[in-house]
Parts: sequence; structure tokens; C-alpha cells
Amino acid sequence: MILASTANDLFWMARYVERAESIARTLAAAGRISAIPQVTGEETNEWSSALAAAAQLNAFVETGKEPNEIEVFNYLAFDESNPSSIKSCLTQARHNARSVRPALTTETWEAINTAYLDFKKYEKAGHSLRAHQEFLRWVLDVSLRVSGTAFRNMLRDERYWFSRLGFYIERADNTARIMDVKYHVLLPEHSEVGGSLDYYQWSSILRSVSALTAYHWVYRQSLKPWLIADLLILREEMPRSLASCYQNIAMFLDEIARAYGKQGPAQRAARTTHSRLRNTRTEDVFHKGLHEFLTEFLADNNKLGAVIAEQYNLA
Amino acid sequence: MGKAAFDEMNGFGGEVRAAYSQLKAWLDDTPAELLEQRRLEAEALFRRFGITFAVYGQKDAEERLIPFDLIPRVLTASEWKILEDGLTQRVQAINALINDLYGKAEILKAGIVPEELIFANEAFRPEMIGVKVPGGVPVPIAGIDIVRVDAEKFYVLEDNARTPSGVSYMLDNREATHLLFPDLMARSKVRPVERYPDELLAVLESLAPPSASSDPTIAVLTPGSYNSAFYEHSFLADKLGVELVEGRDLFVRDDIVYMRTTQGPKRVDVIYRRVDDDFLDPLTFRPDSMLGVPGLFSSYRAGNVTLANAVGTGIADDKAIYSYMPEIVKFYTGEEPMLHNVPTYRCREDEALKYVLDHLPELVVKEVHGSGGYGMLVGPASTKKEIAEFEKKLKSDPDNFIAQPTLALSTCPAFVDGGIAPRHVDLRPFVLTGSKGTRIVPGGLTRVAMKAGSLVVNSSQGGGTKDTWVVED
Amino acid sequence: MHLKLRHSTRYTYDTPVRGIIQILRLTPRPHDAQHVIKWRIDVDQDATLKSSEDSFGNIVHTFWAEGPLETLTITVEGEVQTEDSNGVLRGTPERLPLGLFLRETRLTMPDDKIRDFAAKTAKSAPVLDALHALMGAIHKRMKFDTEATSVATTAAEAFKAKHGVCQDFAHVFISAARTLQIPARYVSGYLRESGGKEEYEAGHGWAEAWVPDLGWIGFDPANDTCPTDAYIRIACGLDYLDAGPVRGVRTGIATEKLDVEIQVTQGSNQ
Repeated sequence: MILASTANDLFWMARYVERAESIARTLAAAGRISAIPQVTGEETNEWSSALAAAAQLNAFVETGKEPNEIEVFNYLAFDESNPSSIKSCLTQARHNARSVRPALTTETWEAINTAYLDFKKYEKAGHSLRAHQEFLRWVLDVSLRVSGTAFRNMLRDERYWFSRLGFYIERADNTARIMDVKYHVLLPEHSEVGGSLDYYQWSSILRSVSALTAYHWVYRQSLKPWLIADLLILREEMPRSLASCYQNIAMFLDEIARAYGKQGPAQRAARTTHSRLRNTRTEDVFHKGLHEFLTEFLADNNKLGAVIAEQYNLA
Repeated sequence: MGKAAFDEMNGFGGEVRAAYSQLKAWLDDTPAELLEQRRLEAEALFRRFGITFAVYGQKDAEERLIPFDLIPRVLTASEWKILEDGLTQRVQAINALINDLYGKAEILKAGIVPEELIFANEAFRPEMIGVKVPGGVPVPIAGIDIVRVDAEKFYVLEDNARTPSGVSYMLDNREATHLLFPDLMARSKVRPVERYPDELLAVLESLAPPSASSDPTIAVLTPGSYNSAFYEHSFLADKLGVELVEGRDLFVRDDIVYMRTTQGPKRVDVIYRRVDDDFLDPLTFRPDSMLGVPGLFSSYRAGNVTLANAVGTGIADDKAIYSYMPEIVKFYTGEEPMLHNVPTYRCREDEALKYVLDHLPELVVKEVHGSGGYGMLVGPASTKKEIAEFEKKLKSDPDNFIAQPTLALSTCPAFVDGGIAPRHVDLRPFVLTGSKGTRIVPGGLTRVAMKAGSLVVNSSQGGGTKDTWVVED
Repeated sequence: MHLKLRHSTRYTYDTPVRGIIQILRLTPRPHDAQHVIKWRIDVDQDATLKSSEDSFGNIVHTFWAEGPLETLTITVEGEVQTEDSNGVLRGTPERLPLGLFLRETRLTMPDDKIRDFAAKTAKSAPVLDALHALMGAIHKRMKFDTEATSVATTAAEAFKAKHGVCQDFAHVFISAARTLQIPARYVSGYLRESGGKEEYEAGHGWAEAWVPDLGWIGFDPANDTCPTDAYIRIACGLDYLDAGPVRGVRTGIATEKLDVEIQVTQGSNQ
């Protein structure tokens, strides 16, 4: 048993750090694809896609700014008025961490606190491509350190489990969103006409979830859109896939249920989603419609967060 | 300025005092560059651990470090004995005073303290009248500010019975000295302070209400992570091994306090609260408080939860009450007070006011309810204009002020601007009182004015801290 | 006078609230001129109601109700037999030192205007005369206006604006009396007005001040009179915050609608 607010802070700390990482990966992928000459000039704007993947497109449009590299990068990385910017995420994560300082190991706290203190350096670094890349690498590094110190040192009790739940729910959300933004280039009919543009789009999706190498290891063939969907949705061995996230979510919820001697709606909901992902084939996904499938998943995932909050008095 | 101050290392300019001989030898052997390097290490360490505090009214400086001065302050065991006995006596008197003021008020009936000083004071809480404090100790945690003027003489400058803070710095400073100067620590016979959290836990447990089990549930109540002392709250909860809660983590049902946990409500028996009286319970105190727990006071009155410190203890911190402390100690203990008070002029008394107005340039004038070094005049360090302005304030509301002669606070060697120089210091020992008596860990928080000649040691005004050693004679 | 009271407070929430905790000061103590025949408080939801006494000697009920709640009604019904004592209060337990009632509180903090007003009005008259003069002068100066102030309005603000409700009149009186070193306090209760009016939207509030040899005496500056047998005295304190009928907190995000109905009628027997 821990304070409900402690569980809540740990849950959200992990979510925010994971969100910061996801935004960093999205920005990196967008930077890469927009640097390729034949891609630019098309009507699709990578920077708008990046905003959409971070669920910030509407909010950005409202600012009236031009969706170009500098503006979008600023907005997603440094803008404090954007609650999902990397800066806001790390600030929030640090605020959550500070509130539950005793529940964290010194290493985890230091990883978050140091990130918060070092952030200013990168804000001042300006907008060279190199500065951007360096910043994004640093964000990934922060996330790695936070996660890694927790994984290596945290006592395996509810504190750890609640933070992992936040981590995987956020991760599932991000993966689904990244696919959903570009679902149209993943549709089978698209591959018939697939030119080099599509190839870049496909590899961009994989890069956003750092799965390009994994793809080749798993399938040993060139990029096929339905295989990308298969990898990111159904393959449990792929750590950012929806199936892998739900394998973990179900497992950590079971740990909590065992410790508390009580199953509840959260366990049931997670198990349902998990077995559905297990029993689904790629064809089924496309038969149902990829966009529809992802939309439904995002809603369920979101709802699970609320069910967990309700069941364990978070919030 | 007045006469030269007593230096705890060099006395009044003679030989190095025995207490400091070892430290002095070490200082002579240690190059300034090494100290500078260690100073930077210490700063990085403190920042990395998040040992910061927030300064009120300062934008953009959400969290600042309190400067840590590397050079420990040394007190001998026999000096400490004087302090320990005197502090024990004083804090027992303070506890008796609080119990009496909210009980039979015998001290008022005896005419020792004028009743209007008590009743007009906002820190005196009528809601507490007749309330039996669980455990019978209203002030389990006291911080008494001590200054020194020569080899023998210590004065009490201020009593803090409300919510004394700073103990985390005492412990962190010791930790830092261990890390930075392990050799020095190893060869000096310094009495440990590390057991403070255990002592505090034992005190809090001993004061649990009768309804609690033998293993009472204790929590530290903080106003939240934006509070200036949040680090300390979180530090203490961690060291005590208890939950750190905010008002929203607690609720009251049927006069019982619970905390919200992932498995439902859990009853709380003792709350070490670091939230001010005014904000504790919006149903009894300030209705607009968002930091408190609705119904907490009702549960407290019913004897179902212990608050440490009790509600209404701040009355003992009042500087006008302070001026009566010698009589208060005598009244409750029947003994002569062992620690001296600084002579104090109560401006509410005509004769005293006249004297104070005639001597402003030599005196320190303080607001009776003030703290943190705000709203005071340090005569010798003020310009004519500042004195004239203060005089107006004083004349318009003399009841609100007391005045004291400017003490030549002792100095200790400090590492400043790349060299060693004397700086003025004070000392706040932390005095714990449980159902089984009073305990004080040997040492306390030494605050040091980092500016040459300055007497203002408050951290809110740029003061620093030092590790404080009690060594065997 | 035989007085019957019915006071119902109904809260309606636009979204159900999770829980409610309230402290009620709605039960009178008897005194020499007020005999409590019967009195009860009802809450229409499952709730625990616990009775206790505060430092001022007021009878306090604390209640907790678990949500979800869409409405909540608190009903007070009682009967008292009162006598006109010209405002002189006798037979109440007085446990607090008189000196405490000289304390300035946030709501009664005097400003220079109130200080001057008190000094000029009282001149050097004996205490009782000074208090009557204060009551009369406040009644003359301030206009009764239910729209102009709120529960958080201070004496100084109301005095400057020259209007307010009974609570503001009482606060000004208390503030002024204390500047004259006369102990004073706030009293909450009910009033049956003459002239056939029986229904009210709010309870009443007035002041009491301490006069040597006589003790506590009631003054109602809103009506320029000392309390009569038409008054039901419920609770007292340093200001409205100590003595007001209800203080509460609810959990959950909801907007509340409040309907208060108060009936004070004269009983037919006796």
C-alpha cells in the first residue's frame, strides 16, 4: 500500500519522460525525412505530421505560426505554453519526481533533476541542425538514464509497477499515434504505387519508434507496409509494439493485483486488450481498417488509464 | 562599530583556542586551491541532490542553494553541556507555558506575563483553549537560536516553537563534511548527529493518541513542493521512513484522519505538520486554505490524532513574550534560568520606548511577530535616513516592537573569496521532547553571515550554513 | 415569547459530489432569557452527525456524507421560550478570558476611519452609553443592502461603503467597540421581525459587548435595538467565522445552487 498520490506521481513521471522521448524521436525522424530533396515540395508536410503524432496539431495551428522546421521544433521541444513540449514534459516529470522524492532511488532522482538543470544549455544552443541533433540525442539519453536507473535499482514493489504502467500506457499511445498519422501510406493498395517517397515515409515511421533495424532482423526483406503494421501492432518481441506494451501492462497489473490480493476492472480491461492483440492477424487489422483499428485502440488505452486511476484512487 | 567580536578560533586576538587547535593545524596545511575545489564539489553535490530552498518574492529564482561554508564550527563537550542543560530547562518551560496558557492560565493570574500580550496575539489560538494535547507535549520539536559573545557567555536570541526548520541542513552539512574531508573527520572526535531522525521518530511515536496501536502511523504534512522548505519535508519523511503527505492526501471521516492510499483509506495517528496553523483546516481556520485538511481540527480536539507541533505554539515565538522568558522559566521550573536572554526593551512601555528612540543608532529593533530577519532595524549598520524612517514606524505602533543592544556576535573562520576570514554566526540546536523527556543531538545548525561584518545570518537574506561539531574536551 | 423555527438549507449540485464535510453551529444553548423546548437537526442523506462543543461554548455538529450526492438538505426545527431581558445575557457558560474579546481579527480589523468614528461617537461617556451611541450611529450611517457585501467583507470595507447586511453592521460595531477597549463579540441567531413577516432568506447576526457590573449585553446595530424576546441566540465568537451557522467543504467539481428557507413563527400556546 502506498499513498495514492505517490502512485499517481510515479505513473505520470514515467509517462512524461516517455512522452519526451517519443517527441524527440518524432522530431528526429521528421528532420531526417525533410532533409531529403525529392520529398520536400510534396503537399505532405513532415512538420505537420510531427505535430499530429504528438497530438498537438490543432494547438499549433491556433498559435498562427508557420509549420516549418524552426517553429515546430521550438514548439515541440522548448515551448512552455505547450503542455506536451519536451521542456514541459521534463519539467512535469521533475515536479512529479520531486513530490515523491523518497520513493525514488537517488540515481533516478539525480537523472531527472540533472536533466532539468541541464535543459537551459540546450535552449540557448540555437537552431543549427547539429544543435538539434545533439539536443534530441540528449533527450533520449535522459530517458534511458531515468528508465535504466529505475529498472536496475528500484525495489520491485507497487512503486515500480505503477511507474511501469505509466511508461507502457504512454508508449502504446505514442506508437499508435505515430502509425495513425501516416496510416494511409501503410495501406496495402498504396504499395502498388509505392515510389521512393513511400519508402522514406515507411522508414520514417520505423525510425520514430527506433525499429528500422529490428524490422530487418524480423522479416529479412525490404520494407512492406503491412509488415510494418504487423511489427508495430502485433509482434510481442518488438518492445514498442502495441502487443508488447500490453503484455507488460497486463503483467504489472497482475503484480499489483497479487500484492493487494484483489483483481479489478483494470486487470480485466488490460487482459481483454492484450488477448485481442494476440488473437488478431494483420489481415484482420486491414480488414477492419487500420485507421479504425488504431482509433479504437487509442480510445481503449486512454480508458485503461482512467480505470487504473479509479481503481487505485489516483487522481 | 562597537568592540571587536569574540572569534571562536582566535578568541579576542590571542592564541588559538584549544577547541580549534586541530582544525587550525589542518587549515594551515590545506591550500586554498584545494578548499576552493572542495567548495565547488560541495555545491555540485547539493545541487544534484536538490538541496535547495525557495526565496519568497523572488521571481526566476525558484530554487536556490544555501551557501555551505566548508569550515566546521567547533564547540567543546563542556560548552555543549552548558547549552544542553540550559536548552532542556528552557524547552520544558516553553511546554509548560503552552499547556498553561491554553489550560488554567496560572501565569496570567500570577501577573507574570500581561494578558493583553497573549490575547491580542494572533499566534494565540482561542480554539485551543481547553484542548488536551495528545501526549501532553505541545512542543515536541523546538529550535532555539543561540548567540555567543565570549568564551563563557551564550544568549538565547529567539525561541522557535512553531515549526522550526533547518534540521536537514544540520544533517546534510555533516554528510558533506564526511564526503569532502574524510581524513579530517576521522581524526577529530566529533559527536554524531546522525541519530536525529531516530530520536524524532521515537518522540513522535511516544506522543501518539491512546487510540493508536503500538506501531502508530505517522506522516509528515507539507504545504507542497512549491514551499520554500519542501526539500526538508521530503528529506525528513524519507529519513523517518514515513509518508510525506499534502492536505489532499488526507481526509477526515467521523473525526478520524485517514490518508488516501492505492488500497483505500489508512488511519493516521501522528502528523508532523509543516503547515502553519492558519492553513491547517479550512473549517476552523482560514476558510480559503487549500493546503489543509477539512475537519482535522475537530479530530484533533476529539483526541484522535496528534499534531506535532500542537496548534497555537507560535505564541512562544513572539518577541514580546521572549522578553519575559527568564520569569517564565522561573515560574514553571522553580529554578534560575541557565541560559541568558538578551536584554530587551519593550517599546510598549513608555520608559523603554523613550530610551529606544534616544538610542536607535546603537540598537537592534525587531517586530514582535516578525521572523526571518524581515522588518528589523540594525542601528549601527543603518543610514540616518533608514533610522529616521524606522523611527516613524516605531512611533506609530510601538507595541509592535522590541529593541535589543547590538550584540557582538561571535565569529568563526569561514572560507570566503578564496581565503579564510572571520564571519558572524549563530546556532540553532534542535530540542526534541517526547513523553519520556527531552533530548538534543549534539550540535545544530550554525548559520553564518557570508558578508564581512554583517550580523544577518538568515538564509532568506543570503546567510550560509556550517557543519557544527561538538568534540570531546 | 414562544418562538418556533424552521430553517432548511438545500444544496443542489450540477454534477454529483464525492463527499461533504460541514461544521454546523445551528443549535442554541439555553440562557436565563431563552429556554430551549425542543430542537433537532436533520440531514436528508446518509451521514454521520457528531456533536461537540467549541472553545466558545457553542454546540457544534460535524457531519460527513459520502457521495455521490446530487442534493443535500439540512433542516433545523426547534422551539424556544424567550423573555425580554433588555439585551442582558445571563446564564451562559463563559470560559474564555474577557481580554480575548479585544482581539482584532481579519474581519473586524479597524482602520483609522473606524477608530475616529468610535472615539468621536463614544466621547467619554460611560461604557453602556457609549455602546448605545455606537449602535445608533452605525444604524444611522449604514444602509441595509443584501447585494453590496459578501461573507468575506471586512468591517472596514463595509464601513467605508456605508452599507451591508446584519453581519457587516455587527462587525463594524465589534471593531469600533474593541478600539474603545470594550470586549465585544459576534452572535449568530434568528430574529422574528414584527409586522407579520415570517419567512426569511438568511439568519440574523448581531453583537455582544461586555459592560462592567452587567456582563455581556446584546446590540443589534442593523435594527438599532438590544435583542428582545424576538431573538433566538445560537452561537458566538470573535467574528462571523467563529459563529456563523455553516462552514463546509465538498469534494468533486460541481457548482452548487443554494436554497435557504427560514421561518420564525410565534407559537400559539402560552
